[in-house]
Amino acid sequence: MTPSPHLHEALLTEKPLMRATRDGFGEGLHDLGELNPQVVALCADLTESTRMQAFAEAYPHRFVQVGVAEQNLATVASGMAAMGKIPFIASYAMFSPGRNWEQIRTTIAYNDRPVKIIGAHAGISVGPDGATHQAIEDIALMRVMPNMVVVAPCDAIEARKATIALAAYDSPIYMRLGREKTPVVTNDTTPFSIGKGIELVTRDPAHTKKVGIIATGTATPEAVRAAHALNEQGIGASVLHLATIKPLDRDAVLAFAQSHGVLITVEEHQVYGGLGSAVAEYLATTHPTPISFLGVQDRFGQSGEPTELLEHYGINEKAIISSAAQLFSTPVVL
Amino acid sequence: MGYLSDHEEKTLMRTANEIRQSIIESLIAAGSGHTAGPLGMTDVFTLLFFKVAKLDPKDPSWSERDRIVLSNGHICPLLYATMAHRGFFPKEELLTLRKFGSRLQGHPHRAALPGLETTSGPLGSGLSQAVGMAIADRMDNPFTPKYVYALMSDGELQEGNTWEALMLAGKEKLHNLIAIVDRNGIQIDGFTKDIMPLEPLAEKFAAFNWDVQEVDGHNFHALYDAIGKAQSVFGQPSIIIAHTIPSRGVDVFERDFRWHGNPPGKGPETSVPKDKQGEIALRKLRTLNDMIPVE
Repeated sequence: MTPSPHLHEALLTEKPLMRATRDGFGEGLHDLGELNPQVVALCADLTESTRMQAFAEAYPHRFVQVGVAEQNLATVASGMAAMGKIPFIASYAMFSPGRNWEQIRTTIAYNDRPVKIIGAHAGISVGPDGATHQAIEDIALMRVMPNMVVVAPCDAIEARKATIALAAYDSPIYMRLGREKTPVVTNDTTPFSIGKGIELVTRDPAHTKKVGIIATGTATPEAVRAAHALNEQGIGASVLHLATIKPLDRDAVLAFAQSHGVLITVEEHQVYGGLGSAVAEYLATTHPTPISFLGVQDRFGQSGEPTELLEHYGINEKAIISSAAQLFSTPVVL
Repeated sequence: MGYLSDHEEKTLMRTANEIRQSIIESLIAAGSGHTAGPLGMTDVFTLLFFKVAKLDPKDPSWSERDRIVLSNGHICPLLYATMAHRGFFPKEELLTLRKFGSRLQGHPHRAALPGLETTSGPLGSGLSQAVGMAIADRMDNPFTPKYVYALMSDGELQEGNTWEALMLAGKEKLHNLIAIVDRNGIQIDGFTKDIMPLEPLAEKFAAFNWDVQEVDGHNFHALYDAIGKAQSVFGQPSIIIAHTIPSRGVDVFERDFRWHGNPPGKGPETSVPKDKQGEIALRKLRTLNDMIPVE
């Protein structure tokens, strides 16, 4: 099969380009400094690791250091948005939106202020810091909130595009980022727009067995590599990447479910309340489809190397391949 | 900032008393809501909306207006009544308070009513929004003529978010920010000194690098002077501790923390039976009205 022109040239090689989504965010925010004078940035003592540093150095008069105070981070940003600014606030996802959920709900979402909430170090791939710092509930926390848009870019290139798109999208938005370097999936010409999914792998139509994989964030590179391996092994696997979890790209999800009949969802998040739930909620009323949910199964994380943890919790290429294989060894009952 | 004449003071007293009547009427119509805080802060709100703040009721989103941010959203019957008397919307609408479909939500919701600067209710987050407004405005103009007024309660000082905001405002030296704390000494469970003592409050604010004043929250001249002084402070945010009497104006309700979260008709029956509470409150306020001479 021919790889999609939307994929990065090195993705399926032995040496994919490895970059962290937070690096793409940092570049995009720095770009915005020039592109949009209303963009301001606020950070809660994690400027370097959330990659706000470049913006803070280039535009010090548009950067506010609030100290270790995430409730203040969100509410000060709400006030700045009230005066016409487009504030980006950054911390670790575990603390924002983890710690300041109510402030985000009342003063940003319900109050309808276009604050851009950047949750860095999301997912279990944070690694050795352990479960206290592994946000695997943040998609659920933000998705449940009216007015809130939820975005999880799959690589550094997409994160840069997403960051620029966030500033132009007049709404409260949550964007989650990973700490680790992960394979770059897309390239400079891959289209990105908030609310739109993109099919990154289209199954080999020669295979009679078929499965659709829906992935988000840093689980997407794993899904793309798994799908290519599956197609080589005789299972026609496609990948729909949803960088936007809310609003859900309903047309793309419905068409994907209709054309595949069975789905696997994969995310670096609890299976409760995340991408898989969003897909299932929609399909349950439109096109009931069997789904295998890959993600953290109602557990906390732990310390370890990112690769060990993704292996342990079953959120990698191998887990996706074995999940697909299982679908075809057991009869599917609706 | 100008001068407050004795005539203006009398007019403000009369307006405040009329606003208090509107508060009682809207609470009776609503059948729920807060009484003590709204009546206690009426003089401060009246002074701000009728004399001090730059605003235009006919153009609530006028970009050059001062920002008045209410942090303790539960005293919104006062905010609504003040806005209605100032001409933001018809006074008759006050009787829709807390009702289905009303723009006057039980706690203020910005999108529902033009003129509201923010949505509030959950305590402790108003000061930080005001801090954000002051920072943003100063980014655009270091010599900004606009002021951000943050109106807060003493009970909500128990929220950590408030102290995060106090720290940041001190660090940022926000001369365009003026906070006014309703120091009425009560909260829903009792007296603040019993629930969680706040004193020495002025010293705490000063330690966070704020300019601090304490004032009688029912004395228009004293309040006006304090706000004038606060406006003249440079290189520091200002906070005014306004000592108020909860339920001010209705003597039989005054100083009793049980009036914090109850409307007339559902308050404590210490001296007035429930079914007479609304009527007596209105009668007392009307009597006061006649005692304020206006030529």
